[in-house]
Amino acid sequence: MSTVATDDHHDDHQESPYSIKRWLFTTNHKDIGTLYLWFSFIMFLIGGVMALVIRTELFEPGLQFVDPQFFNSMTTMHAIMMIFGVVMPAFTGLANWLIPMMVGATDMALPRMNNWSFWILPFAFAMMLSTLFMDGGGPAGGWTLYPPLVLQTGDALPFVILSMHFMGLSSIMGAINVIATILNMRAPGMTLMKMPLFVWTWLITAYLLIAVMPVLAGGITMLLTDKFFETSFFNAAGGGDPVMFQHIFWFFGHPEVYILILPSFGVVSSIIPTFARKPLFGYASMVYATGSIAFLSFIVWAHHMFTVGMPLAGELFFMFATMLIAVPTGVKVFNWVATMWRGAMTFETPMLFALGFIIMFSIGGFSGLMLALAPVDFQYHDTYFVVAHFHYVLVPGSIFAIIAAVYYWLPKWCGNMYNEGLGKAHFWLSTIFVNLTFFPMHFVGLAGMPRRIPDYALQFSDYNAMATYGAFGFGLSQLLFLYLVIKAIRGGEKATSQVWENAEGLEWTLPSPPPYHSFTTPPVIK
Amino acid sequence: MDKQTKNSKSVVTKLALVCVCMFGFGYVLIPLYDVFCDLTGLRFTQDSKQLVSQEIQEDTTRLVTVEFDVSMNQSMPWKVKPAISKLQVHPGRVYITNYIAKNTTQSAMIGQAVPSITPYVANRHLVKTECFCFENQPIEAGKEVEMALSFMINPKLPKDVKVVTLSYTFFDITQSAKINKLDSKESVLAFN
Amino acid sequence: MMSGNNWLKWLSAVSGMFAAMGAANAGQPINMPVGVTDISANVYDMHMIAFWLCVWIAVLVFAVMFYSMFAHRKSKGYTPATFHESTTVEAIWTTIPFIILIALAIPATKTLVEMEDTSDYDLTVKITGYQWLWHYEYIDEGVDFYSVLNTPRSQINGEEAKTENYLLEVDKELVLPVGKKVRFLITANDVNHAWWVPDLAVKKDAIPGFINEAWTKVNTPGTYRGQCAELCGRDHGFMPIVVRVVEQAEFDQFLADNTTLEKDGAEYAAVTQ
Repeated sequence: MSTVATDDHHDDHQESPYSIKRWLFTTNHKDIGTLYLWFSFIMFLIGGVMALVIRTELFEPGLQFVDPQFFNSMTTMHAIMMIFGVVMPAFTGLANWLIPMMVGATDMALPRMNNWSFWILPFAFAMMLSTLFMDGGGPAGGWTLYPPLVLQTGDALPFVILSMHFMGLSSIMGAINVIATILNMRAPGMTLMKMPLFVWTWLITAYLLIAVMPVLAGGITMLLTDKFFETSFFNAAGGGDPVMFQHIFWFFGHPEVYILILPSFGVVSSIIPTFARKPLFGYASMVYATGSIAFLSFIVWAHHMFTVGMPLAGELFFMFATMLIAVPTGVKVFNWVATMWRGAMTFETPMLFALGFIIMFSIGGFSGLMLALAPVDFQYHDTYFVVAHFHYVLVPGSIFAIIAAVYYWLPKWCGNMYNEGLGKAHFWLSTIFVNLTFFPMHFVGLAGMPRRIPDYALQFSDYNAMATYGAFGFGLSQLLFLYLVIKAIRGGEKATSQVWENAEGLEWTLPSPPPYHSFTTPPVIK
Repeated sequence: MDKQTKNSKSVVTKLALVCVCMFGFGYVLIPLYDVFCDLTGLRFTQDSKQLVSQEIQEDTTRLVTVEFDVSMNQSMPWKVKPAISKLQVHPGRVYITNYIAKNTTQSAMIGQAVPSITPYVANRHLVKTECFCFENQPIEAGKEVEMALSFMINPKLPKDVKVVTLSYTFFDITQSAKINKLDSKESVLAFN
Repeated sequence: MMSGNNWLKWLSAVSGMFAAMGAANAGQPINMPVGVTDISANVYDMHMIAFWLCVWIAVLVFAVMFYSMFAHRKSKGYTPATFHESTTVEAIWTTIPFIILIALAIPATKTLVEMEDTSDYDLTVKITGYQWLWHYEYIDEGVDFYSVLNTPRSQINGEEAKTENYLLEVDKELVLPVGKKVRFLITANDVNHAWWVPDLAVKKDAIPGFINEAWTKVNTPGTYRGQCAELCGRDHGFMPIVVRVVEQAEFDQFLADNTTLEKDGAEYAAVTQ
């Protein structure tokens, strides 16, 4: 392992941060990580505006602002943007920045592919957004793309499918890169069971991505051939079955749900020990719990479709398997609490977001357990109760973890501290508004409001108005986040190498900001 | 570094292979779904035709009601009715009945009937020896035709099932049948 | 660093917010209806059991967590412990949830088995979902009709005040006899729909080309309202379901007053427009 060779090869690539060429052709893991994170934030704003269009229309009963068809394409696009454009790229961005530093490598294993996997994304999402202006409007059949409805999409359909292929391709390449980096680039002595949990959760996530993104690709290709090439995968007239698509989709979709949350577990498992000044409790059981969650995610998919008409045995199997997931998830939460127990805690912004994550993700987990009970799910299914459930695990879940990660590692990345007071304000504003938005959704869902409707009966009006206030508050609070990040990048109190008093891990041994090539000499692992 | 590059290449090759396999697996799910349907009786599968060749004893002590139902898909303009709406049958005996279909339009059309059975468990035990749903059905403009169906309830049908509903949905496949005709010689007969 | 005082201020602000949420909306429903069938009451009980179970687990876990956050803080000069695993503790908190889950799965299984038992019914209604209306057919009685939203456009567009059953009213209700087991055969004409009436705890997808079964036996006469629960296109939010449950004599009269529609294309087209 000669490190000299790498130096020669890469060193002259660091150009001015303002040169377009630098960003377009970069193969550096930090540059690409930065690109991913900014891309994700822009998509967060676009997807957020879509959410606000939805909330504005739902502010009071009646049709006020948008056509129902456009409303449907907003719910569809909002989901696709937030899942494929925000959470997945943000995690890939974090992986790019952190994994090489955490395992003691110079860079990612496949730097050129890294560049590709990022630069596909802007094109994919430009294509996806352009469908809004096409004849027949954007996709409006829900992000789940169920046939036959999705086949009624106008000119947009092939473009939607093509752009989703690109998003899938990008995330598969990202995942391959992560696996290759983790398996081949670890510093000598960094055994698998010594890796930080963020690296572990990402390794498992990457395997999930590789296993299920191609299945989605297959499913949407079948939609395309059904529409344009006279196949009948999902058309009963030709011997197909529309329900078959739902099985294929959720075979992808359920592991996808864990793709969106597992790296958050890694982030929280890094932050809690630092601010509790105490080692993570139950490292090994955390790894095994993550593994079992990933395994179980492959055998629970049909709980998304209990009402579709299934034999009793099938319903029972999927109900039991789904309930089982509560066990490893519980282990994780208990381990975090045990890590805090008898620590010496301080509550800086990353810690606040991590604690918010634990509590609010658990609320989403509890409603998930309720949803797992098949007979009761018949009442919950496709109502706002489900909307509340998955927003609790995705917004104060995944998004809070991503924000926590940014606050936690930002001083490392740019060398400057962010403004702690404003950071805390950002946390409290986000927390209050996120609950104001999504908590009332439990109520209207239980009271019988179906999801994906542009107008609703009068008894749902108060809580919908409340959710709309919350959504605007949450959206505006994120501008504070943008301000804080830009301000820290531009300057501020200098960060030390270790940044946080008790931060442990290889990334904290590098100076802040770290050198362009992380570890040109492999570090010594204790 | 060379060793690392080589390792990376092998990892990439392996993982890319996994991706290709998983893409294929999406397609394999289709026949797997059929197997699943067959095992659980979720959907009617063609395999039950084979049962006919076996020697099956008629069970005259038991009566099962078979209901006949029909739906039209989308703007399918035919009028289709079962000749009788329900029939009491002995398991193990073959019965023959008809559906009457009328093409109410001014042009020739081709329809395809898709069967669906409840309860699910009956899927494996309702055996069709002859059915208009096995092939597509061309009907000339304004014509009415009788379409035959012969079936048997397998005596293995669980005892607690007393009513079996056999529902057909008719799809207008005039367009796609014509396209297929251009593709393959053996298809839709001489029909215009 | 936040002082204890600050913490309390925030806590009271947050709890005040939730209290306001509850108080301001005393009139609007916030929970699942108990419904009017044995099954819906079972489902409601299951829901409440699961809910309180979750609440108690949450209270326990978060109490420990909050205690730790208050007691084990650096500002109090607390010295951190160094323990980082305990096989016994980890085994306990893997096993206990497992046992709780089994306790929860048993009643759920029982209810599910009942829900799926469509045998021994008194009446069959075939329900067909269309974009965007429902068609009901009393199979053995030879009665069928379409059921369409009849909230006036002017109410939806805000030109007129919205009335009580805004978006939950139809031109022709599905009429069912009280105390009789009714079997539904559910299918769709064009895209997937789902037929859902919360008070009956019946929700089943309507899928073109296939039939699904569900059943109900309503204990109390009355009018029960629901909606399509599977996204089915532009007017998905505008295809409500209204079920009126009446005494047998009134039901017989209803059947006598209605006959079969001639289901031809022209009629269908007229209805959908």
